Amino acid sequence: MSPRIKVIRKVSNPPIIKGFKPYGPESGKQKLGPVNLLYEEYEAIRLSDYDILNHHQASVMMGISRPTFTRIYASALQKIAIAFVEGRQISIEGGKVYFDSDWYHCSKCGCYFNNPEKEKPVNNCPLCGSQRVYKFDYENAHEDIADKTCDDMCICPGCGFEQEHQYGQPCSKQICPHCKSFMKRKGSPNCRNFKNK
Amino acid sequence: MKVAITSTGNTFESTIDQRFGRCAYFVIYDTESKAIEFIPNPNKDAEEGAGPASVQLIASRNINKIVSGEFGIKIKPLLDSLKIQMIVLKEPEKKIKDILEMLHH
Repeated sequence: MSPRIKVIRKVSNPPIIKGFKPYGPESGKQKLGPVNLLYEEYEAIRLSDYDILNHHQASVMMGISRPTFTRIYASALQKIAIAFVEGRQISIEGGKVYFDSDWYHCSKCGCYFNNPEKEKPVNNCPLCGSQRVYKFDYENAHEDIADKTCDDMCICPGCGFEQEHQYGQPCSKQICPHCKSFMKRKGSPNCRNFKNK
Repeated sequence: MKVAITSTGNTFESTIDQRFGRCAYFVIYDTESKAIEFIPNPNKDAEEGAGPASVQLIASRNINKIVSGEFGIKIKPLLDSLKIQMIVLKEPEKKIKDILEMLHH
């Protein structure tokens, strides 16, 4: 039987260097090759010991389970210990990872954008310069689209005046410009009762 | 700062191309010198590998931002590692001149 497929680990900050070299008179005398630290192991160390997150939070960031994170972290420490004790190089490469960055949404021009320079905070939309930028996450996005495409009408029970329903504005709070009575949602039961009378 | 916009044609009236790799033209706009350049995409009819080839073209011109309708799964990590900002604009009706105007802000 083939082994269980590994979940792809998400790495949000790739390392800025490719590895480490030991120095001193004894370094480089052994014929041992470098220790290969995987990207996911680097990320585990970064999240856990640099950003000081606990294993649960860090595992959520990487899109893996908490026990998997702990295993990756333990293996990272093991590799670093081997490199330190045996005076070997560390090369950071490989691993089953994908690089992802955070996405943002501008509510003025409706564009989505990422932030390649993670150190700088995002304040302005890169396209239109508006400050109405929000962090984008996939779960909320679908609700937003569903809500915004509301094409209902508000109707005035007094004179029958109709206007387009505005998203987030209750019809019963809207006032008819002609007869100054409160509006109703067109097709709602209350509205139909009125028409029948 | 240089911005690339994917375009369906080589005029300001052309609309934004919703694809990145196989777009018809790239509009390259330099925000400092205000220079605008239209370059035809050599990978328009490529059968495969159009995305990475287009990224190579973009990267060779030191572009910092790309405006397009969609970025494929191969492109996102590539652009991420090159530190090129992706801007996704899902409005196929938008004209190149409108986008250039937006960039002026």
